[in-house]
Amino acid sequence: MSTPNHYALPRVSLRFVPVWRRNFLVWRKLAIPSILGNLADPMIYMLGLGYGLGSLLPQIGGVSYIAFLAAGTVCFSTTNSATFESLYSAFSRMHVQRTWDAIMNAPVDLDDVVLAELVWAASKSFLSGLAILVVVWALGLSTSPLSLLVILIIPLIGLCFAAIGLAITAMAAGYDFFMYYFTLVITPMAMLCGVFFPMEQLPVGFQAVAWMLPLSHATALVRPLLLGDLPGHVFVHVLVLVAYAAAGFYAAVVLFRRRLLK
Amino acid sequence: MAEAQSKVQPELQPQVRINVQPDVLTNVLTVHDLHKSYETQKVLRGMSFSVARGECFGLLGPNGAGKTTTLRLCLGLIAAESGHIDLLGLPVPAQARRARLKVGVVPQMDNLDPDFTVAENLLIYGRYFGLADDAVRARIPALLEFAGLAGRADARIQTLSGGMKRRLTLARSLVNDPDLIFMDEPTTGLDPQARHLIWERLKTLVGQGKTILLNTHFMDEAERLCARLAILDHGRIIAIGSPRELIAQHIEPEVVETFGDGAVAWADVARTLAPRVEVTGETVFCYTDDARRVLASLEGRPELRYLHRAANLEDVFLKLTGRELRD
Repeated sequence: MSTPNHYALPRVSLRFVPVWRRNFLVWRKLAIPSILGNLADPMIYMLGLGYGLGSLLPQIGGVSYIAFLAAGTVCFSTTNSATFESLYSAFSRMHVQRTWDAIMNAPVDLDDVVLAELVWAASKSFLSGLAILVVVWALGLSTSPLSLLVILIIPLIGLCFAAIGLAITAMAAGYDFFMYYFTLVITPMAMLCGVFFPMEQLPVGFQAVAWMLPLSHATALVRPLLLGDLPGHVFVHVLVLVAYAAAGFYAAVVLFRRRLLK
Repeated sequence: MAEAQSKVQPELQPQVRINVQPDVLTNVLTVHDLHKSYETQKVLRGMSFSVARGECFGLLGPNGAGKTTTLRLCLGLIAAESGHIDLLGLPVPAQARRARLKVGVVPQMDNLDPDFTVAENLLIYGRYFGLADDAVRARIPALLEFAGLAGRADARIQTLSGGMKRRLTLARSLVNDPDLIFMDEPTTGLDPQARHLIWERLKTLVGQGKTILLNTHFMDEAERLCARLAILDHGRIIAIGSPRELIAQHIEPEVVETFGDGAVAWADVARTLAPRVEVTGETVFCYTDDARRVLASLEGRPELRYLHRAANLEDVFLKLTGRELRD
């Protein structure tokens, strides 16, 4: 008998589906307050900053500030939702409620549980991003058919941040740890990556850093699509998001194995 | 649905079984020479035992003896440095997931799903085994009946008492109709009524032909339920056999426990009257084949109180593992 290699590639299967369904069933019981909660916060920012601050600002790249902010809000709302679910909620299920322990006594392996959490957090964030997108359409902030393609980008953003979030959760000793991740990673990313203002406003050095972060590539895809243009360098942006998702998921699986399978 | 019903119901009702000699039964679990360390600490050093189909086998040991580690190894959740495990005919951990299809687990710590009702807990857990919702729904009334939770299907987990939660966990472990059930200290923290009810249910399960591996540190529990048991200490089995065999092999049949003012001073007298005397705090334990001389010595000492009883598994356990605290 040899000790299993914690660094082996994830071995996933469709056995993740019942675990995803478990999370979905819990969510369904609280769906209305959950959707309202997810929608209210980004909406307040988008409308408050967009119309309030926006009334003081000139047009940005030929559009009103709120039309500019719409893409940032779609991306950041998805990011926040995926991050929150993969941190606090996944940690509760893993560590506090011991739900994962119960599941792993059944014929479901850890890798499948982690995959289920990844897909679940991405699914939930998809709803958050989509809800903002619907509001953007309803307010007439985006009228181009190209904006429909954003529906394909949102899940990618969700998978990317859910994967990174799970890797963070795998290292967390308690809920306090997540505060650091939000204040030291997520919030600075929002400032650097073109959510609230164009990245070109940043000093060149910061721009270089920003292009290494996934959220920049998310806004670089979503903003032109909402404004009716085809984004440039589509392949690069998609590749960066996929790479972050894949690397994050691999790191999460390895870290969870090291934490739980000992 | 009808098929699931007919498959399910008889198994939860008491039934007459033909008694078969244990040695002709196949082993459902074989563990051979397991070694497991955590960093520098050796948790298991050459653990071997086997469990025959239809028996209740106990693993007894003080805290830290390696009971839970053994269970996690048998389920294939972790791997040993060396050794072999065969679970329901499959090698573990290589095919652990397949083996777990026919295994039930009652874990030490409550991990019922707090977001669901009683019935939902069973339904959702069944899905992890790939069971169809209809098949599980058909089983739920019988499972709740068995767990003494009939009429509680829609109760929330937070409204259940500790004993009810344990019984629901037991019902959950049966949702896949397992051949072997692992129980890790199933009655820890329960009051006597709740404990006796769990014991009754475990006896019923063994009567139905289920195999149980019971981790416990309650001697009366092991003595009552286990056909055979192994006493673990420092990662190794130090004694194995039926409760009666272990008592007969390892300990004198009679015990006199003496306490009260002057008991410790009286121990010197006791040592001349009984072959083995142990002093723990203010209590003197005399182990002997014939307690008459000890009792005669106590007759004229009203300040000493005593309890004369038959030796039990706890005496064997304390003799073999010592009396010092394990934290």
